[in-house]
Amino acid sequence: MNDNAAKTALQTAGAAPAIADVSIGQIFLEFLIIGATSFGGVVPYLRGSLVTKRHWVDDKEFVEMLSISQSLPGLNATNMAILVGEKLRGALGSLVAIIGICLPGAVLMYIVGHFYRIHGDHVWITAALKGVAAAAVGLILSTVVGLSEKSLAGKFDFVFMALTVLAVNRLHLGVPRTLIGVGILAILFHYPRKEKKEGAAQ
Amino acid sequence: MNQIPALARVFAYLSLLTVGGGMAAFPEMKELTVEVHKWLTFPQLIHLYSVGQMAPGPNMMMIVSIGEWAGGMLGAIVVLLAFFGPTALLAFIVARGWKKLEKWPWRTSIQQGLAPVSIGLLLAGCFTMAKGVMSGPTHLETGAIAVGVLLILLKYKINPALLVLAGAVIGVLSFMPK
Repeated sequence: MNDNAAKTALQTAGAAPAIADVSIGQIFLEFLIIGATSFGGVVPYLRGSLVTKRHWVDDKEFVEMLSISQSLPGLNATNMAILVGEKLRGALGSLVAIIGICLPGAVLMYIVGHFYRIHGDHVWITAALKGVAAAAVGLILSTVVGLSEKSLAGKFDFVFMALTVLAVNRLHLGVPRTLIGVGILAILFHYPRKEKKEGAAQ
Repeated sequence: MNQIPALARVFAYLSLLTVGGGMAAFPEMKELTVEVHKWLTFPQLIHLYSVGQMAPGPNMMMIVSIGEWAGGMLGAIVVLLAFFGPTALLAFIVARGWKKLEKWPWRTSIQQGLAPVSIGLLLAGCFTMAKGVMSGPTHLETGAIAVGVLLILLKYKINPALLVLAGAVIGVLSFMPK
């Protein structure tokens, strides 16, 4: 993140593109392409397209939007589509961006689901899917490790993470109660400390 | 029986739990789609989710398949709107208001506080799924595939979709009944 911030700082302010003339059609098409090609995780494709290719958002803004996306409910991919679409062309921009990014995968999974229901019990499909599911578990774990390295600061964050897992998997409190309970605890723990203002009353 | 209202309700509710990623809602999704409404079995849910990892775009598009099974084409569309509508609206409102909140000191607190919780939810979802994947006599093999994929992804820059695809090949080679 520091790297990115430094890089953007080096760029001139004039590097910001004239985003006023991005059309609704262009937004839809760009997100449709991302939606159709982003195999194995959307974020790198979003960056390649929106930052590198189109210059619709700069690197710093991209990181900022991504961190907002991560703390909101909703998938990163669709939240990013909303945020970028809104920046470019307001409500309509958001709408065409999220439709574009969802459409290809949705059509594909509609077809795949249909065939799986009919042919899913063939022995070789069952065997293949067992391997696929095992690989998917490894993939999610790698996401967890990657996110932990990036956004966990200090041992107490690991305590909150462990508490969350315990609450859901052992205590069976359910995701909503866990999210609210541990979430509030963690937010209060990270309460705003007045480090920048001196002499402020606690 | 008409499942459309139930589909709308369940997926709108699930969407609000996906803090940090779709997997965060997985334990609740299992409970509601498998145990309560019986739209599909737990192995089917695991299969659809895993296959969905190979599809491009947002990684929860497998919900479309559940919608189609329970309510046909209309079911698929309802599920999409229910799952993406509420969070999209929320993101839109936040997009409008976030700049104004820049000076609000709790903004950072919320981001810092939700980070470990959202990662914990992902992990909890992963454990729920792993329990289903690694049940039965082949748990050592499936465990080895999962660990293998994890280690490869941590060490090398490789497209994860390719590894999931490789999982299919290994699956056919190792789990076909003789």
